[in-house]
Order: sequence, then C-alpha cells, then structure tokens
Amino acid sequence: MAIHVTTSINAEPVEFLCEADDTLVHVLRDTLNLTGTKEGCSTGDCGACTIVLDGRLACSCLVLGVEAEGKSIETIEGVATPGALHAVQQSLLDHAGLQCGICTPGIVVAARALLERNADPSEEEVRYWLAGNLCRCTGYDKIIRAVLAAAQDLREAAS
Amino acid sequence: MTVSRFYSPQSIAEATAILRQQSGCQVLAGGTDLLVQMRNGVKQPEYIVDIKEIPGIRDVTLTNQGLTLGAAAPAQSVTERPDIAAAYPGLVEAIDMIGSTQIQGRCSVGGNLCNASPAADTVPALIAVGAVCHVVGGEGVRQVRVEDFNTGPGENCLKRDELLISLFIPRPGVGSADAYLRFTPRTEMDIAVVGAGVSLSLDPMGTVSAARVAIGAAAPTALLVEEAAAAIIGTTLEESALAALAAAAGAAASPISDKRGSAGYRTKVVGVMARRAAQIACDRAQQRQRRAH
Ligand code: FES
Ligand code: FES
Repeated sequence: MAIHVTTSINAEPVEFLCEADDTLVHVLRDTLNLTGTKEGCSTGDCGACTIVLDGRLACSCLVLGVEAEGKSIETIEGVATPGALHAVQQSLLDHAGLQCGICTPGIVVAARALLERNADPSEEEVRYWLAGNLCRCTGYDKIIRAVLAAAQDLREAAS
Repeated sequence: MTVSRFYSPQSIAEATAILRQQSGCQVLAGGTDLLVQMRNGVKQPEYIVDIKEIPGIRDVTLTNQGLTLGAAAPAQSVTERPDIAAAYPGLVEAIDMIGSTQIQGRCSVGGNLCNASPAADTVPALIAVGAVCHVVGGEGVRQVRVEDFNTGPGENCLKRDELLISLFIPRPGVGSADAYLRFTPRTEMDIAVVGAGVSLSLDPMGTVSAARVAIGAAAPTALLVEEAAAAIIGTTLEESALAALAAAAGAAASPISDKRGSAGYRTKVVGVMARRAAQIACDRAQQRQRRAH
C-alpha cells in the first residue's frame, strides 16, 4: 500500500508516494529523479548516499522514504548555486579529488557539513569526519587536501 | 522486504498499544542496524513502529542529578555537547566510536543497547557508569539496570509491548570518573574485538573507594565484572591491583573465536583493556579532585 509523504528537499516542498520499506535513496533516485545521490553499499558503510536530514548527515540508504514526512532534506542537487559551484566542489576539481565520481556527491555533502560546523578543521578532523565516505579511486589524499583548501577559501572569503 | 504498514505514534501510550495489538512489530529508532538487518533478511518485520516522533524521546538533558538520554536521541546530539563529555568522558568516547559521522547523525544509544550486539561499544560504558533504563509497557513502568537489559546476542528483556524510553546516568562525584577503551585493528568504522569500561571513585587520600568494571565483545552480552572492581577497591591502583583486575576480567570472559580474534586472544586482551581503562579513569578522577581544590 503506497504511502503519501510530504517533505522538503533543498528548500522546495515535495510530495511523493512510496512503500513502507522503500529506502530514501531509492525514492530520491527512482521516484524523484534526483540521481546525484549515489548508492554504493546499501548498508551504511560507503557514504555515497550521504544527505542532510533535519540538519544532520545521514546515509539515505538507512532512512526509509516514509521517515521523510515533515522533514527537511538537503541533497547534492542543492549544493551549487546556479552561478557557481560550492567551494568544496570547486576545490575537488582544482585538486583532482575525484576520478570516477561515484563517491563525490557524498563527500561534497559531508565536507560542506563539516565546514559549516568547523571553519578551520585540522587534517585529522577532516579524516575522521570523512571516515564514512569511501573512495575506491583517489587514495583520499587529494580529497583531504581539497577539503582543507576549500576551508581556507571559505575563511578568506568571509574575512 | 515486505513491510505492510508503517506507524509513527505520537505518544508512548499509542506506541505501546500498537505493540500490544499486533504481533510482527519492529520498533524503529535511528534505523542504522535495523535497515541493514532487514536488507540481509535477518529481520523481516510486518509492521514498523517509528518511535522518533514521541515527544521527548530524542531529548538529551544534563542536570546536577545526572544525564537523561532519550532512547532515540541521535548519537551526535550527545557527542557534540562538551558539558556531557566533561561529565562522562568514557561514555562519550564509546558513543563517538560508533560508525561514521553519517551513522552518528541517526543512531541512538538506546538503539545500540536494544540491538544487543555483544560488541556494542556503548553498553560496557553504560554499565560502568551505572546507567538505568526507563522502560514503559502496557502494564506500567519499570527500571532495568543496563547490565540486566540484554539477555543474549540480539536479545533483550523487553516484553512485546514494552519500549525503552530513556536511560538515566547519575552524575559522578568530584573524585569519580570513567573511561572506555576498545581494541580494533582500525581507528574508526570498526567493530570491537573487545572493549572495557571502567568508572571509579577516589577518596581524598587517593584510594579507590568504589569501582565498576564492564567488558564487551567477550561474552554473549556485555558483563559487569564485580570481581574486577573488587580487585581495585581499597587500592591505589598499584601494579598488583591492576594485574588482579586484568586477571578477573579475563576470568569472567567467555568469548567466541571469529574473524576479529580468537577466544584466547580476546580473553587476554580484555584484561589489558580493562586495566588501561582503569588507569585512565583514575587519572581523570585525580584531575577532577585537583580542579575541585
Ligand atoms: S549506499 Fe548508503 S552508505 Fe553506502
Ligand atoms: S572517485 Fe571513484 S570512488 Fe571516489
């Protein structure tokens, strides 16, 4: 029996129908065509499906679609503005912090959440924060440098 | 997965009524264990009862009496509070070891307890600090000590219509502190080979006046090891006391052998973790005594 859900995604009101056991990542990708969010492992280990749910990072493979009722969701599609990439996105490009790109949306969403909480994280803090975002391609070093550089860019822009 | 209905009760009474009326219900909090178990077929609930909309069940409150953790409060709502980390450093260390940032945004201490994994990090830490569960069911309210809550791997003492509502942890005194250590091959995103939580109190002369020692991943459930605590009470944690504590922790262990470690290895290492945790708890308690002067 399909359930009607009313939620907010990237500050837009959204309604959808889903089954009681549909995961949010499936709803985002298959029902709402928001395919920026990726599904890697489906078990909370890889972070490719990272979203923000009511202000906290979450794996959308471990959230049911019905749990979105009345909540506020942010996905990778809401990160860039029409005119410009987010500093984390630009920095990942500048530092070659992506190859196949499957992990990248999750890393952008997670790194942005870190920089919103901590404008000047240490390398260790970045590595711990992103420990749940696996990348099979880059070896992580460029990703970590890109996030540290984005933090610096954002601090300079703010000062 | 074929779940036929999703409930989102708005009160404890509504939740316990649903649990009483239907069999095949599964309670959902953060879902970080449940959705994986549903995906791999370990759990196939017919009905899901999401408790997160029950008022207060995600609240985290620290007072002079102690800490109340709503059963569905996300781990991050605890770890981001410096006041809680200052009062219960060992417990917060344990909570901060669960999964990734993304997992900690959803998973709850209450869920970690109810899931009843023998390797759950928060459970020995909760036992060490004397946490008590507030359980509500159709027949009323009861308090259960955390060491009595889980009855086996994946099994807890809750009756069909009972819910864990919150955990209460009394505030440690001036000369008291806790610590939690686990052994894992990786520094994060890993599951304990063994873990040990210790809380202890020092008298003004620096002698251990009270202690609680708990071990995890070393038996079907996390255990309170009273013999290990007895080994350090009345001592100043000299080498012989720590050795006796480690021996008692190892003697209480009845671990399995699996890919994370053999039974013999776990038995040895759990004692090492317990004595190190006791030393850290003691150092912290001394710091608190110094600061209070
Ligand atoms: S797909 Fe969700 S964590 Fe991997
Ligand atoms: S760029 Fe391929 S997984 Fe990260």
